Amino acid sequence: MSSVASPPRALEVRGLVKRYGDVTAVDGLDLEIFPGECFGLLGPNGAGKTTTIEICEGLTTPDSGQVTVLGRRWDRDEQALRERLGIALQETQLSDKLSVQETLELFRSFYSDPRSVDEVIDLVSLDEKRTARVVALSGGQKQRLAVACALVGNPELLFLDEPTTGLDPQSRRQLWDMVEQFKATGRTVLLTTHYMDEAERLADRVAVVDHGRVIALGTPRELIDSLGAEHVVAFSLGHDATVSLDTLRAVEGVRAARLDAGTYELQVTAVHQALPALLGTLQRSGLELAELRTHSPTLEDVFVSLTGRALRDG
Amino acid sequence: MQLTLVRLREFFREPEAVFWTFGFPLVLAGGLAVAFRNKPPEAVPVGVVTGVPGSDRARTSLTGTAGLIVDALPLDSAVRALRTGSIAVLVVPQGDSAVEYRFDRDRAEARTARLLVDEALQRGAGRTDPVQRRESQLSEPGSRYIDFFIPGLLGMNLMGSSVWSIAFGVVNARSKKLLKRLTATPMSRAEYLLSFVLSRLIFLAAEVVAILGLGVFVLGVPMRGSLMLMAGIALLASFAFSGIGLLVASRARTVEAASGLANLVLFPMWIFSGVFFASTRFPDAFRPFIQALPLTATNDSLRAVMLQGAGIGAVWPQLAVLTAWLLISFPLALRLFRWR
Repeated sequence: MSSVASPPRALEVRGLVKRYGDVTAVDGLDLEIFPGECFGLLGPNGAGKTTTIEICEGLTTPDSGQVTVLGRRWDRDEQALRERLGIALQETQLSDKLSVQETLELFRSFYSDPRSVDEVIDLVSLDEKRTARVVALSGGQKQRLAVACALVGNPELLFLDEPTTGLDPQSRRQLWDMVEQFKATGRTVLLTTHYMDEAERLADRVAVVDHGRVIALGTPRELIDSLGAEHVVAFSLGHDATVSLDTLRAVEGVRAARLDAGTYELQVTAVHQALPALLGTLQRSGLELAELRTHSPTLEDVFVSLTGRALRDG
Repeated sequence: MQLTLVRLREFFREPEAVFWTFGFPLVLAGGLAVAFRNKPPEAVPVGVVTGVPGSDRARTSLTGTAGLIVDALPLDSAVRALRTGSIAVLVVPQGDSAVEYRFDRDRAEARTARLLVDEALQRGAGRTDPVQRRESQLSEPGSRYIDFFIPGLLGMNLMGSSVWSIAFGVVNARSKKLLKRLTATPMSRAEYLLSFVLSRLIFLAAEVVAILGLGVFVLGVPMRGSLMLMAGIALLASFAFSGIGLLVASRARTVEAASGLANLVLFPMWIFSGVFFASTRFPDAFRPFIQALPLTATNDSLRAVMLQGAGIGAVWPQLAVLTAWLLISFPLALRLFRWR
């Protein structure tokens, strides 16, 4: 019963359940996040990521389950916790009429030990927009300002809900840099995303969430390795021809096969053996390739192999 | 403090809001001042049919009568003029000792014109009045319509700007999820709501000065009571209306819903609370209801202090009504308030 051996946790969630009417958004979810790590909740839209993170942020009350943030509980220490957390919600429109600097000064005024506005503006690279009104900012700049509002309170734990959804590639990279800088100071991040590349790039550990539950947990590398596949081979056939999945699974080096919208996807262990074998099989059956691609497996493939659906399908 | 500053900035960066709060009441008061300025009573146009016996004599008698503009017309165009309302009475002389008046009995102006015409014709024909008369005219400051209107305008403006600014500000923040974002910080929720009320106080001072200044210095409305008491009433009223604004804003999710609700709350008061005309025009059965409205209490007390020089002893029932609204609306609003 002693917890001497267990390391401290920045965030601990046990048996979390949240229902909205008939819909169970979160269905018995457990999480452990350690200080200094960047933890990603990865899953399709509607998987329960936002509900989970908002419960952790103390904005939504769970129907059952326990949440401990920085060793404290929301029902007892809300005020003290708010001082130590930085939060960026999925969709917040800051006041259009205020400038970047005024917005940050406002948020800064709420905290007892804040960072300076200059420092935060510098951190999110909004120096040029310092006196611009929020209404005049681009989507990426607004999102950076939202993260700046989360950082200005000098938080120990940063929550980011879908921080780069709807942003252009350059804005996404800028945001990732900001998160990495924050992480480099040894503090903790919990972020939700449905972009596998974002999770692979930022997260030390990832929990894949589907239907309100964690269906896989580990570092991105561990999760990908768990597929046991070195490569993914995707191909499609010409003339609307088909080949049975069992035939494909029998090909040397193929671990798994599935068909998605006319494209066959194979997880293979040794691509140098599997590819010639596949081509031979297809040729013997008189089938003609229309397209052939291979790539290293990603978290997307992990999700597909766990759920049989693509992340984007939701 | 930062929150209040933000309110002020947001307000002044919204040119429309500045106009509706300050410009519009002043324009309204100015327009009414022009409409109700002191001027000689307007002359009424009357027609006399030409080319019939006695028409020249009738014209001579009428021309030069104060308050009448005489138009001599042939019969057919005179009838048309009467029908379209460009003359109020048509005089059809019938020889030297008889005359026919054609007019619309339902028009007050036409009835007045008939009396003037008749008197002028009878006198022209040699009537003498058996009773001597003397007239004195009513144009003393304090009893004109504009004097009645200015305190009502102030009351209406206090109500409108308090309810709108709070309801709009809070619901806008809620619909943009800004309210939710703010509750995710250590911000004190009471301070957030207080910032709306405090920023209101600053606008309040400006509104009172603008409207009273226009009334007293430009339109000559008397200021017979204590300025301090006026300020006190305005302050109390502004708090009471802020409470009502908060109540309107406590649950609405969209600005549209809030503005519908605000109109529902404000509209009866515009009608019943004696802004444009005295609330005593409504039947007695309505009185208790009308007197319980916060705008009635505001208007009645402002009017009493301004026009009759009433002291606090005379307006305490109204102050009690406003205090009651304040004490009910704030706690109820805070209880109902939804932060998301």
